[in-house]
Amino acid sequence: MRAAVIVFPGSNCDRDMAVAFQRITGQTPAMVWHKETVLPDGIDVVGLPGGFSYGDYLRCGAIAARSPICRAVADFAATGGIVLGVCNGFQVLTEMGLLPGALMRNAGIKFLCRTEALEVVTTDSPFTVGYTLGDTIAIPIAHHDGNYTVGPEQLAQLSDEDRIAFRYRDTPNGSAGDIAGVLSQNRRVLGMMPHPERALEARQGSADGAALFAGLAETLATA
Amino acid sequence: MKARVQVMLKNGVLDPQGEAVRHALGALGFDGVDGVRQGKVIELDLDETDPERARHSVTQMCEKLLANTVIESYRIEIA
Repeated sequence: MRAAVIVFPGSNCDRDMAVAFQRITGQTPAMVWHKETVLPDGIDVVGLPGGFSYGDYLRCGAIAARSPICRAVADFAATGGIVLGVCNGFQVLTEMGLLPGALMRNAGIKFLCRTEALEVVTTDSPFTVGYTLGDTIAIPIAHHDGNYTVGPEQLAQLSDEDRIAFRYRDTPNGSAGDIAGVLSQNRRVLGMMPHPERALEARQGSADGAALFAGLAETLATA
Repeated sequence: MKARVQVMLKNGVLDPQGEAVRHALGALGFDGVDGVRQGKVIELDLDETDPERARHSVTQMCEKLLANTVIESYRIEIA
């Protein structure tokens, strides 16, 4: 599995995500700067990292979503490529229109930085295949704008199509349907506010994020 | 010519920042503020001299970047 991690000005979890891919695959991911117009050849997975791309100007993820590299990421996704967006990366994916909804300011206004209990709502995706349905996993969050907002019809559709990957057990930010992570229609694009790349080993407080990256590697190895 | 774009959260979308401002106004003793909605104003200097074409162009800008139409509405003034 060959991974690429996109780096925007203001990304700050790009190296964490690279370490996560590196550990699982044994290969150093390609770090791709936002001004690039193409992804390197042979990429299987693209990671959009957390951070504050472009200083969160205009709206979180809005400027990043219109950057040159994101056109290449959209083309990659359109041909069935696997894309993981974490935190700011999730915001970028909604701004690109690859995932429905929008991420608004947390309902309680405050920036939240703590570990949350998440329910694994589906195992039918390359990202969640390594978990057991209904599992509770501990993954840290660190965001100010993680309040997932979708209309009631779209929320029902996400649920009907089994596209909710993770729900908060106790929603910290006001997200509709307690949604912490959501999948695209083809199930190959995942956006999530919690940071699985910050939960790879017990000394980080939780190792529950490792199964996400392991599942990806396994899926791609057998593809 | 100049264009002024006002971007607001759509009606029905909870505005946590507006709510915080409303509470702060109450704490300062300003009674009777039933609601606060916070938005943003974006001013554009355009080369275009035809108001209709300017409006059309700014509408495209709003749809593609300036507003997130999932949660926001926009209003354009051309002057």
